[in-house]
Amino acid sequence: MVYEFDWSSIPGALPILWDGMAVSLEITLIAIVVGIVWGTLLAMMRLSSIKPLSLFAAGYVNLFRAIPLVMVLLWFFLIVPRFIADLFGLPPNTDLRLASAMIGFALFESAYYSEIIRAGIQSVPKGQMAACQALGMTYGQAMRLVILPQAFRNMVPLLLTQAIILFQDTSLVYVSALADFFGAAYKVGDRDGRLVELLLFAGLVYFVLCFAASMLVKHLQKKYQPA
Amino acid sequence: MIQISHVSKNYGSFDVLKDCSTTVSKGEVIVVCGPSGSGKSTLIKCVNGLEPFQSGEIIVNGTSVGDPKTNLSKLRAHVGMVFQNFELFPHMSITQNLAIAQVKVLGRQQDEAIDKGLKLLDRVGLKAHAHKFPGQLSGGQQQRVAIARALAMDPICMLFDEPTSALDPEMVNEVLDVMTELAQEGMTMMCVTHEMGFARRVANRVIFMDHGRIVEDDEKEAFFANPRSERAQQFLAKILHH
Repeated sequence: MVYEFDWSSIPGALPILWDGMAVSLEITLIAIVVGIVWGTLLAMMRLSSIKPLSLFAAGYVNLFRAIPLVMVLLWFFLIVPRFIADLFGLPPNTDLRLASAMIGFALFESAYYSEIIRAGIQSVPKGQMAACQALGMTYGQAMRLVILPQAFRNMVPLLLTQAIILFQDTSLVYVSALADFFGAAYKVGDRDGRLVELLLFAGLVYFVLCFAASMLVKHLQKKYQPA
Repeated sequence: MIQISHVSKNYGSFDVLKDCSTTVSKGEVIVVCGPSGSGKSTLIKCVNGLEPFQSGEIIVNGTSVGDPKTNLSKLRAHVGMVFQNFELFPHMSITQNLAIAQVKVLGRQQDEAIDKGLKLLDRVGLKAHAHKFPGQLSGGQQQRVAIARALAMDPICMLFDEPTSALDPEMVNEVLDVMTELAQEGMTMMCVTHEMGFARRVANRVIFMDHGRIVEDDEKEAFFANPRSERAQQFLAKILHH
């Protein structure tokens, strides 16, 4: 028997799917911002000559890179909400799934970002730091004014590529029954008995968005190729 | 101005500097030369603490460089340094390159810093390039900007680490001319260079290094007329006779 496609439940589900997309994008954005800030600090710690700092950063990065993301998300789903509720004295039934998913993602992605940023910092010639120091700048000033701006410029394509991967990875929050885009599509399909159509549709949306974004990255890369 | 006494430095069992001592007085121009790997660049980088050293003492304008209590940033702000590879900041315009350390390190006002930077840029003959970025300038031009950037900090002395070694031959002179002018105006300078023409023209003394040791430290005339050590004689014969 040939499967008969029936796409009729999609138009009515668009508002729910849109809300799901908003959740996905929100998680992506927070994870990128926190990931880059915390990742930069981790990268600087890792490159630091202060042993405990570089050991801590190396341990952090290796730990998160050796654990599946889905497991981190589950931990954060099961443990962190209780912890936060205790910490702020929130009633036990407060919905903290979104917050804990965001924290889990951000901490996980920081490990990946820090490796990209570390490579970026190392791509800036050593003489630049020497020149800053010779002009009397402190380490912090040299990093902030000279090294990091150049490092970030060199790594924009990699950071964007990582952001695209991150956006796809947000679909894993379905393990915490959070209605991100993928979760919303799954729920609607399940409700209407049209799982195949909804999942195909969701896949198409992911593909279009990510493919368009990676084309954009390629374009940017060509335009701003370092000389 | 600069007193270097019994400075030694090693990487593990490899001695980079062995018991180096010399002094540079105010207004003096010292040229440091020697074969590659002789430690001359390392020595000059010890003077502003870019390279740490294990023993001995360096005093710059009354401040001990090796003392852990010394605020190195503060000291370096008044010791100009020019590098082999220019090390301009490629993501900033020439004007920004000249102004940034004046503003961030010395706390000058932005317009005051730009004013000063542009004056010095004019002095090295590059006023027309103020708005450009380092990548748009030739090597010789970049090095002149780097000299102007160091001068903008009102340095009490200038250190040059092979300032012309990375340049195409036809650009060497424009940089040496700027350095010669500086020397004639009475700037205290310590220059690591192989440009013996420059040394003959402006140096007061020439230091010759080999294997981490200061082998000769002589008045210019004595050094060129009659180097005492065999190693310096060989070196001079090689770089002067062709």
